[in-house]
Amino acid sequence: MDALASFFLENQDMIYIVILSIFLGIEVISHVPAILHTPLMSGANAIHGVVIIGAIIVMGHAKNDDYLALSLGFLAVVLGTLNVVGGFVVTNRMLEMFNKKK
Amino acid sequence: MTSFFLELSYLLGSITFVVGLKKLSHPETARKGNLLAAAGMGLAILATILFHEHDGERIGNIGWIVAAMGIGTFIGWTMAMKVKMTGMPQMVSFFNGMGGACAAIISIVEYHSHPEGAAGYFVVVFLGLIIGSISFSGSMVAYGKLDEKIKDFSAKWLTVFNLILLAVIIGILVVAVNSPATFGPSVLWILLAISLLYGVLFVMPIGGADMPVVISLLNSLTGMAAAFGGFLYDNQIMLTGGILVGSAGTILTVLMCKAMNRSLLNVIIGSFGGSAGGTSAAKDDQTVKEINLTDAAILCSYASKVCIVPGYGLAVAQAQHICHDLEKQLEAKGVDVYYAIHPVAGRMPGHMNVLLAEADVPYPKLIEMEDANGMMNSTDVAIIVGANDVVNPSAENDPSSPIYGMPVIQVWEAKNIIVMKRSMRSGYAGIENPLFFHAKTKMLFGDAKDTLQKLVGEVKMT
Repeated sequence: MDALASFFLENQDMIYIVILSIFLGIEVISHVPAILHTPLMSGANAIHGVVIIGAIIVMGHAKNDDYLALSLGFLAVVLGTLNVVGGFVVTNRMLEMFNKKK
Repeated sequence: MTSFFLELSYLLGSITFVVGLKKLSHPETARKGNLLAAAGMGLAILATILFHEHDGERIGNIGWIVAAMGIGTFIGWTMAMKVKMTGMPQMVSFFNGMGGACAAIISIVEYHSHPEGAAGYFVVVFLGLIIGSISFSGSMVAYGKLDEKIKDFSAKWLTVFNLILLAVIIGILVVAVNSPATFGPSVLWILLAISLLYGVLFVMPIGGADMPVVISLLNSLTGMAAAFGGFLYDNQIMLTGGILVGSAGTILTVLMCKAMNRSLLNVIIGSFGGSAGGTSAAKDDQTVKEINLTDAAILCSYASKVCIVPGYGLAVAQAQHICHDLEKQLEAKGVDVYYAIHPVAGRMPGHMNVLLAEADVPYPKLIEMEDANGMMNSTDVAIIVGANDVVNPSAENDPSSPIYGMPVIQVWEAKNIIVMKRSMRSGYAGIENPLFFHAKTKMLFGDAKDTLQKLVGEVKMT
């Protein structure tokens, strides 16, 4: 319980961000027409590719002789980039089709 | 000063994510929204490489990082550009899995480099690992199933086994956080193995009709995994980005469940699959009426209102352009044509909208299910192109059917029904469809594209 309490107190700002972001996410999404469900899911998929920043930090601060960290970090950056680039490109391709009609 | 630039970039990045998502939910601004979010992501990545500091140390190994990003960009770009519109759902699932794997690896490396810490640290590291791994293996199975590389597998014991597995994961997590010495460093690998297994077994029994829900759920899971990474590094953009996707994804999942009139729990535990119900035997003596192309063309040409109900078969046959041709031909003859779109037709919500948009079908012609059902009794001909479960009357009148309660498009209210289908095989969910034996129904067998093409030709001549 103490651990939990101290965790809460230390990370209060983060917890606020989490709670507010949850409501924001719900609010932003809730009025979306069914027609955009697929592109929206795909776009959201690209956005969680933000995890790549964690991968860059891991890789960037890995010790030079720590081969496990280096190789896994390298892999993580590759996979994270795949998520980001693939996600945005696929979404853009879907949306292109909506646009050209205008 | 560097940390100021870093945080400012993160702030701007977070704003682009929120605004991007908002824009993505309106047809006119969607594309801009996507590009905006992508730009924000680029800024955040660049700022991290240039300005990130940890204990006074700047980001090292930049050569390797750039190389890894180059590889990822090349593979991701190529895959995304090459994939056909029909393969989009799998592709999203695949990229989602990559994000999950990335989050899991971050936790592994972090624990490996810093095996000591407070309880909060362990919670964050382990949850990132567990959720990331489940998301990875689950997405890969979903990818395989949609690509028809993996078959459905479902059994009663599996549901129970999955619940036990989940309890085991939570149990290990609680023990490992409270007394890190119990398992030692190997706890990481134990959690990794069980989570990967759980991801596979969790998606394995989930049947076709529910796949969109699962992909959306896995999508929001990866979002949460990314958010745990944000906690780990006190990194605001990972936190906001991850949580945004986590909550938005969850809402999207719930919306989809609502469209099928089922609860999320029901989707996860009570899976569709196999041949369902004992009603199929009774159908054997019922006859199926076929219609030839000429008659079908005449029926449509002299109708005043025609409704086209597209399904996954349309996507498989890549028949969206021909379908649009048919619509134009009929309109030229003064027939009023509209499309009835079921929210979960195809393998992803909105799948049909994307396909038909590709073929330049104007928005106002795409009618959502409820409105379409209201128009159905004034419709002369309902043409069903490769749809099955979404027009199954069992959902309304057969309580023993596994899809009982799911809202469907009530095509049987129309005066005539033409079903285009490759064969009498049941739909992706593996459920018998009494519609095919309905008194109003006439079958037009063959590949959707081929049949539509011939039908367009016939319509031109009548």
